[in-house]
Amino acid sequence: MTLLTEPFHYAFMERAFVAALAVGLLCSTMGTYVILRKLAFIGDGIAHASFAGIVIAYLRGTNFYIGAGIVAVLTAVGIGFVHRRGRISLDTTIGVLFTGMFALGVYLMSQQRSYAVDLQSFLFGDILSVQPQDLWLILALSVVVAAAVVVFFRGLLYTTFDPVVAQASGIRSGAYEYALLVMLALTIVVSLQAVGIVLVAALLVTPAAAAYQLTSRFAPMMALAAVFGALSTVGGLYLSYYVRASSGATIVLLATLLFFAAIAAKYLRRATARAA
Amino acid sequence: MTRHDAIVAKNLTVRYEDFAALVGATLTVHYGESLGIVGPNGSGKSTLLKTIAGLLSPASGELRVLGVSPSHLAHGTIAYVPQVEAVDWSFPATVWDVVAMGRFARLRFWQRFGAHDRAAVRRALELVGMTHLAARPIAHLSGGQQQRAFVARAIAQEPRLLLLDEPTTGVDAATEEALRDIVRRLSADGLTVLTATHDLDRVDEWFDRLLVLDRRVLALGTPSEVVASGAYSAIREHTHTHGHLRHDHEPHAAHAAHPEIKA
Repeated sequence: MTLLTEPFHYAFMERAFVAALAVGLLCSTMGTYVILRKLAFIGDGIAHASFAGIVIAYLRGTNFYIGAGIVAVLTAVGIGFVHRRGRISLDTTIGVLFTGMFALGVYLMSQQRSYAVDLQSFLFGDILSVQPQDLWLILALSVVVAAAVVVFFRGLLYTTFDPVVAQASGIRSGAYEYALLVMLALTIVVSLQAVGIVLVAALLVTPAAAAYQLTSRFAPMMALAAVFGALSTVGGLYLSYYVRASSGATIVLLATLLFFAAIAAKYLRRATARAA
Repeated sequence: MTRHDAIVAKNLTVRYEDFAALVGATLTVHYGESLGIVGPNGSGKSTLLKTIAGLLSPASGELRVLGVSPSHLAHGTIAYVPQVEAVDWSFPATVWDVVAMGRFARLRFWQRFGAHDRAAVRRALELVGMTHLAARPIAHLSGGQQQRAFVARAIAQEPRLLLLDEPTTGVDAATEEALRDIVRRLSADGLTVLTATHDLDRVDEWFDRLLVLDRRVLALGTPSEVVASGAYSAIREHTHTHGHLRHDHEPHAAHAAHPEIKA
């Protein structure tokens, strides 16, 4: 029991666990859309592009959530615009935009004298450094995105499954796509401090992919993804505390482990169904 | 032009980039009729349906659907079943889930999916004969069952206008029979149904009137009027057909019925 409660003796660990729980639930819930709409590359792109915003905010001395948030949302809307209107392929656009924005961030960072430590924490996350005001931002943005998931639930489901027929019936598929991209951008920003730019894509994809193995309906998939996501982040944070490893990496490794366990469970279930 | 007209198009032209898929189409569809749209591949059948559904914007001309422009229709007015359902068949949804989506356009986000919605889904499933498959994941459906599920979704929407694009392509004979029966029943209940098809077989059993398209409107009238007009012979050269309409009819004297020949 002390093993479980020991980390909570520190206020920064308490904040880290609350942040981990919020990030785990949010990323994996949005991950359901990421998987079913095949947005994994977009998520990765938004995360990398937001690095430029982080650095600019850092240099100006403002909260990095504001810088990352503005750049992430603009990138998401830009990607949506190109996707709907553009003559350049989406893959190409994201590839160009996200590496370009990321390079801009690295360029600005490299002009500073002491950048090595901070760069590392942005790339791979540093959930133990979450300050009280960070935590409030994380929670507020999580509530906003979660509320949007609830309010837009039917429209997002229909336009994810069949955007053309949904549009013909009077549901604005384009508006839902933009809304989803903005929600995705906010989710990524919320997760940056916890798991970092490089690993946030894993949290968007892996828990939902694991849930996809085990269910054939949408709402259960989302619920199961949220459970896997929270298990990964909270469990990963615990593990990292005891094995003294990077929290972001441990979280992603645990999520990956859950994914393979889900695949194993799926085949096991099939085998027993066949035997019965 | 009158309250009896569900769709009025005047000189309607629709383009994809530089290509005009539909040129100067003028036509009227009456309330409650079952209209068949026939013509060879690339004749603009799908284009016409998509334009009516508001998925494409006309380059020129005028289009009124239920008295207004397609973009001003109330949510849930039009149900559309596309020719090729480009959906991900591994999507986590059961037949019930897919048919229930038909209700979504009718519900504001604060409204619950209620008893009336469930009843509409049940009725639609019953009409297409898929009640027993409601709990089946869509990944495990045959082609004919997939098509019937999508028709059920359209019916569950309780639309005022139903657009079916090649509903019998790639389905088995039993499904085709069932679909024909459904279209007849819906139009008997007063629903306006537009069906695009390249299958000229038994069109007189499906439809009250026929629209013959080949990027332009070639003819619009009852099946026998259209046959008499000679518009069929214009398109049947490149249309796969084996129906009796092709062989059995002697040329009618003097085009008594005056179908609206456009070309």
